[in-house]
Amino acid sequence: MKTGMRLSWRAGLGFAVGAAVLFAVAPVALSDFRLSLLAKYLCLAMVAVGIGLAWGRGGLLTLGQGVFFGLGGYAMAMHMKLADAGPGEMPDFMQLYGQLDALPWWWRPFANPAFALPATVLLPMLVAFLLGSLVFRRRVRGAYFAILSQALAAAMAILLIGQQGTTGGTNGLTDFQGFFGYDLDDPVNQRMVYFIVAGVLLLLLALCRQLMQSRYGELLVAVRDSEERVRFLGYDPANVKLVAYVTAAGMAGLAGALFVPAVGIINPALIGIVPSIEFVIGVAVGGRASLLGPVLGAVAVAWARTTLSEEFPAAWTYLQGLLFVLVVAFLPGGLASVARLVRRRRRPPPDPAPVSPAPVLTQEVTA
Amino acid sequence: MTVIVSQLFTGVSIGAVLLLIALGLSLTFGQMGVINMAHGEFIMAGAYTVFVLQKVITDAGWSLLVALPVAFAVAGLMGVLLEYLLIRRLYARPLDTLLVTWGVSLILQQLARDIFGAPNVQTRAPDSLTGNIKITDDLVLSNNRLFILTLALLAVLALTLTLRYTSLGRRMRAVVQNRDLAAVSGIPTGRVDRLTFFIGSGLAGVAGVALTLLGPIGPTMGTNVIIDAFLVVVAGGIGHLKGSVIVAFALGTLQSLVEYSTTVSVAKVGVFVAIVAFLQWRPQGLFTLRTRSLA
Amino acid sequence: MSGLVVRDLRVVFDGFVAVDGVDLEVAPGDIRFLIGPNGAGKTTLVDAVTGLARATGSVRFGDDELLGRPVHRIARMGVGRTFQTATVFEELTVLQNLDIAAGAGRGVLTMLRRRRSVPAAVSSALETIGLADLRDRPAGALAHGQKQWLEIGMLLVQDVKLLLLDEPVAGMSHDERDATGELLRVVSADRTVVVIEHDMDFMRSFANTVTVLHAGKVLSEGTVAQVQADPAVQQVYLGVG
Repeated sequence: MKTGMRLSWRAGLGFAVGAAVLFAVAPVALSDFRLSLLAKYLCLAMVAVGIGLAWGRGGLLTLGQGVFFGLGGYAMAMHMKLADAGPGEMPDFMQLYGQLDALPWWWRPFANPAFALPATVLLPMLVAFLLGSLVFRRRVRGAYFAILSQALAAAMAILLIGQQGTTGGTNGLTDFQGFFGYDLDDPVNQRMVYFIVAGVLLLLLALCRQLMQSRYGELLVAVRDSEERVRFLGYDPANVKLVAYVTAAGMAGLAGALFVPAVGIINPALIGIVPSIEFVIGVAVGGRASLLGPVLGAVAVAWARTTLSEEFPAAWTYLQGLLFVLVVAFLPGGLASVARLVRRRRRPPPDPAPVSPAPVLTQEVTA
Repeated sequence: MTVIVSQLFTGVSIGAVLLLIALGLSLTFGQMGVINMAHGEFIMAGAYTVFVLQKVITDAGWSLLVALPVAFAVAGLMGVLLEYLLIRRLYARPLDTLLVTWGVSLILQQLARDIFGAPNVQTRAPDSLTGNIKITDDLVLSNNRLFILTLALLAVLALTLTLRYTSLGRRMRAVVQNRDLAAVSGIPTGRVDRLTFFIGSGLAGVAGVALTLLGPIGPTMGTNVIIDAFLVVVAGGIGHLKGSVIVAFALGTLQSLVEYSTTVSVAKVGVFVAIVAFLQWRPQGLFTLRTRSLA
Repeated sequence: MSGLVVRDLRVVFDGFVAVDGVDLEVAPGDIRFLIGPNGAGKTTLVDAVTGLARATGSVRFGDDELLGRPVHRIARMGVGRTFQTATVFEELTVLQNLDIAAGAGRGVLTMLRRRRSVPAAVSSALETIGLADLRDRPAGALAHGQKQWLEIGMLLVQDVKLLLLDEPVAGMSHDERDATGELLRVVSADRTVVVIEHDMDFMRSFANTVTVLHAGKVLSEGTVAQVQADPAVQQVYLGVG
């Protein structure tokens, strides 16, 4: 158990370094504009943490995380819209479209922060739970699950676009003034949002690390590699997968909720098929099965997109396509596997396996 | 009454389109288990084939007829190239195939943008397909929808005959049912895979030709249809063409009926819910190949 | 200790009758070998007992009816099995494999915590199967025979009362076979064991009783000597006659 001790010591150091970078270095080194961009990337990284757990460890390729990101984002955005409008008033865009006389019933509870805040996490988890229990129990898996989760993202985006009067349609919800009473135009408050985002990301990483290293984490890998075998050991793999899927959904929901004050918008283009599958590329680049890989990969890909896509949109699309092809086909472990390889090079190789110790058994059982 | 009949016809024609775009997938996904997200871009390639051919052949009818085999060949060759370069290295990793081919589809879309421009383009439909057949005052069947229905049924027939009665078809089925046994029986499985992929992708090209009759064509047209196509095959079941055929028409009819009483967006969501519910009843799809295997 | 009672078991795949009305009684503590030519329905019978294949008829283990229950419930009733090709979790270590096998009854809180110590059942199983030195090695890196041992070890820590082993000694050396046979004798002291095996020497050495299946039906049953003397068996299986 010596290695375990050393690992947790190193993990502590890693968290300390991460916290120092996020809380001390970045706010000093980056302009307000860059810092708010970083806040956006960190929100995308939260989604990536969940995908790393569900896909990297659990083998559940969720191509519909945009749904949960969107549920969290819209829940938060609805609350902020209602708070901006003031008690009893309708949000500006509803008055603008003028299709409605009164606030729709399903908007009303979001006026209350005590409902809206938990809803940003619980609503996505509930949807994931419902869909997950249906499909996992019937052993819909692998590609079938991936395609269904993608279809869910498509359906949700189409639904939101179709209901323009109540959801803002393609424009989504935007133009927020305040965030729980703080003026979002004030750079100080934007910094506060950044700090909240960074803190939540660290918390999610700690949660994910605990899950990955627990017995549950081992079982999840076992389910990924041989679901049927796990079943013959007396576990129901559906429940094991459900936990990972629902956790990932909650993380995506939280990410969406924080994305809204950090970036100032949520719309169907952020949650449909394309953004949903783009969440996955960062995870693949960084290393799907590692803890930090998805975070770093998501930030790197999002940064590359911002930098490249403004000036060379065509080049960015080609690069993104190539990333999918090259990383997934030829480097399935992502950059994390390169890092591991380098580390192993520097250390002496482990002892070779003792060969065929089987005959011990005869002595053991006859003794 | 006529409303129902006319909605039913709309449903059947939506189903015919679904069937055409899903037919190729029912080979590459259904028979080979390859999840090719670039299938939508093969459809796009078929559509642009019509666009290019119309610059050479000015008669819309002839260009459409010529486009059918040409689009089949163009999309088919793209498929073979994709299979040869990438997919055959990934047969053991179906989910990774999905992501890799998604990357390919991004690249193909951007290529289309660079070659043909980002805005949608329009092709000319032959005069004979722009008219309608009026059965009663309320019930009007459009010629292009009838053409697509015929094309879809012909494609199914041709594919069924190929699978059932040609030696290629027998080899394809042998490889699907037991790859190792087929290999030791002297069937060149690699070549059979490539041919299967050629036919499946070629059918996407044919679907692309048909789609030019329904609206403008553009770089993102593949993304718009690919999910529907996959859902058809998922619900239809692996390894059976008839599953895809039945599901395509059932989903088309369902969509047209829900659409009639609500809106297009609700209909899309309704189709999704219906498929999840359907998979509760038949998790492996409508028809399955049952084998005794651990997986 | 409980015995296995199978009555009129039938398994049909798309019209093909794989198991055709099998009656089988395995006494508590017995080591029963199931033999028969390929396609006789041996593995399908085990699939039906463990809930993998859908079947009609009745399978009782002790007081419990097994048919119609999901696989993981049957496993929790104390029925464990191995597969023709050793199936272990290749990316997990030997220790993790065994720990998972030992843990189906664990509560949520235990599952969400890290493993602090090695459970007693796991460390004794590590000794028994001779993999104690390799416990931190990924199971995928084990030799073929070692994987089969690990699988048996997983059954031991799972603490099943009925072991169904599908060709457990395939590909093992002679010494490894004998060791496996000895292990079967020891575990059958308080468990019931059913073995599917093609290796006739192994069967003669370690079987208590034998059931011969042919074309989905029971052809013969008895001790090794009785079965070998049965003319019907000689005709279809042993090729004598």
